[in-house]
Amino acid sequence: MDCNCGQELLKKLEPELKDYNSGKLIPILQKAQEIYGWLPPDILKYISDKTGEKLAKVVGVVTFYTQFRSKPVGKNLILLCQGTACHVNGSADIETAIRNELSVNEGEITADGLFTYNNVACLGCCSLSPVMMIGDKTYGKLTRDSAIKILNEIRGACEDKF
Amino acid sequence: MKITIGKGSCGIAAGVNEVSRIFAEAGIEATVTGCIGKCYLEPIVNINDDIYVKVDSKGADELVKLIRGEPNQADTYKIPAQDLEILKSQTGIALKNCGLINPESIDEYIEKGGYTPHNMSPEEVIDQIKISGLCGRGGAGFPTWFKWKAARDSAGSEKYIICNADEGDPGAFMDRAILEGDPHAVLEGMMIAAYAIGAGEGIIYVRAEYPLAIKRLEIAIAQAREKKLLGAEKGFDIRIKAGAGAFVCGEETALIASLEGERGMPRLKPPFPAQKGYNDKPSNINNVETFANVPWIIKNGGSAFSAMGTENSKGTKVFALTGKINKGGLVEVPMGGTVKDVIYGAGGGIKDGKKFKAVQMGGPSGGCIPAELENTEIDYESLKATGAIMGSGGMVVMDETTCMVDMARYFLDFTCKESCGKCTHCRVGNRRLLEILERICEGNGKDGDIELLSELSEEIKAGSLCALGQTAPNPVLTTLKYFENEYIDHIVNKKCTAKSCKAFLNYQINMDKCKKCNLCAKKCPVGAITDLKIDSEKCTKCGLCASVCRLSAIDT
Repeated sequence: MDCNCGQELLKKLEPELKDYNSGKLIPILQKAQEIYGWLPPDILKYISDKTGEKLAKVVGVVTFYTQFRSKPVGKNLILLCQGTACHVNGSADIETAIRNELSVNEGEITADGLFTYNNVACLGCCSLSPVMMIGDKTYGKLTRDSAIKILNEIRGACEDKF
Repeated sequence: MKITIGKGSCGIAAGVNEVSRIFAEAGIEATVTGCIGKCYLEPIVNINDDIYVKVDSKGADELVKLIRGEPNQADTYKIPAQDLEILKSQTGIALKNCGLINPESIDEYIEKGGYTPHNMSPEEVIDQIKISGLCGRGGAGFPTWFKWKAARDSAGSEKYIICNADEGDPGAFMDRAILEGDPHAVLEGMMIAAYAIGAGEGIIYVRAEYPLAIKRLEIAIAQAREKKLLGAEKGFDIRIKAGAGAFVCGEETALIASLEGERGMPRLKPPFPAQKGYNDKPSNINNVETFANVPWIIKNGGSAFSAMGTENSKGTKVFALTGKINKGGLVEVPMGGTVKDVIYGAGGGIKDGKKFKAVQMGGPSGGCIPAELENTEIDYESLKATGAIMGSGGMVVMDETTCMVDMARYFLDFTCKESCGKCTHCRVGNRRLLEILERICEGNGKDGDIELLSELSEEIKAGSLCALGQTAPNPVLTTLKYFENEYIDHIVNKKCTAKSCKAFLNYQINMDKCKKCNLCAKKCPVGAITDLKIDSEKCTKCGLCASVCRLSAIDT
């Protein structure tokens, strides 16, 4: 398992680990995920050692909440809303279009590492349904074509950087 | 000149940042406000008392000219009279400041009468809440005063006030709008509650999916501390805890488990949180909208609140209108209006002139109310009688193209993913319900399925510990009650009248309408169309051909 648990990055987690009580476990995991992008097994072990919580409990918490990722993610995380309003307004078609375009299943990363595709429960932008979020940007009133166009724009922007 | 730009999450998604950019480039200063609830009109810009809607980049240019006093066409962006009427006809209590004040300014909140000191004793505060008849707005509808009094009467000096901002119902976003648009109202509500029950610490448990709400709450808390409304001297402070994504954490005891760093699994009650809650200390948990009502009640008196509504349901309720509706957004109306009033009044009727079929109320725990019951009064009791619930106020409107069996399947898929797994009936029973529904939607329904669905539903309701399991079969039961014919169509007649379930669709080109442009063949992702014929073996029923055809020449 490749894990970039470098000392530099670990330092960022130090302040969160101070004065530990069990109420801090979730914020610590959130911080760790913010630093690494996901939660590598070595980090869970490290958190377990530092906090004195059993590794089984730490993993139990990680697997319970949908926010926590046990797999690395692509540069751009696509969150397609599966809320009721989006469902009624055709999110299933958007899902098919995106998955065909990227050749991935839910939760998978594309071969080029650019995208990870995830479904999420309601994003709370129901009046703009169907909606997806990529990074911190929300895209509303999606159609199959507009969704693909957005992906291509992001792809283009990423290629420009190289 | 006072210029404000609506920057709720929906405004931002609708592209309001482009407007901000154009204004900034033109050197125009504008303040920010939250969501006014008219999401279908976003992006919205206010200039003095005028409201401009659907402001795209061209609109922003026109507004710049207007502000500079140059000739312009800004009038074309002015809010239509009918929409202005709808906006003005609403009763603002929970949403009173949303979209009107700058949520990042405590001074504007105070200017609107916020944080006005009162001289009531804690008992008098609880009395006023009792007189108001305020009930929990998060779903259960439990009398707020009763919970406060129970927490006050509990022994011990260490007590907690918790705000449930883990708005997980798909199709509901009023809490997000309040947190983004008027965070101080929630803080003030919590302060009043803390005073009433004697709590020293408040915690807001907010969804991590709402980053803007978290940011605005952080700003609001910092400002309240600066004004010494919060902090050690006051004996009460508030902190934010970001949730990690679990629908079941909307349940009180699961929320507490999550705050304590555990998996968010509900436990048996009693002991109730009012006796033994967070850290085993007496705790009171209320929803965002409930807290947002509190400052208004204390300021105007409980009887002013109870003057609105019906005999059993007092005050106003915020609804999130979405789905196949013309004017999606938030509306706040006094209890007692009808479902029809909301859908055809503030909601502007059904999209594309289609026929209203049903409205799902109360999210996955609620049920579908069919069009023939559109005159149902909006109060806790009347809605419950239909099999739906008030819930948190999500109203997802469906038209003739929505398949009710598929809706039941959709909600069960949701509850199966969100079940915490503690109770067998919820964990396994709902999974079996889902499998039966999937089978029916795929065209493999069989005799006895309807009876099996009803029987299993009743058992899941009886055998689950918390509200998630107890209410999970509601969408199945209400669709069976009002739309049994659709189930029979799927199972016996092998058809989906809404033309939504793919298994029953057979795409064909209608040569009477077709003008042979061949666009469908060019767009077909699997190459199933040659010589204006659709090869049913190759066709994946994705529907792309029908959606690109300009002549509606694809039949299903």
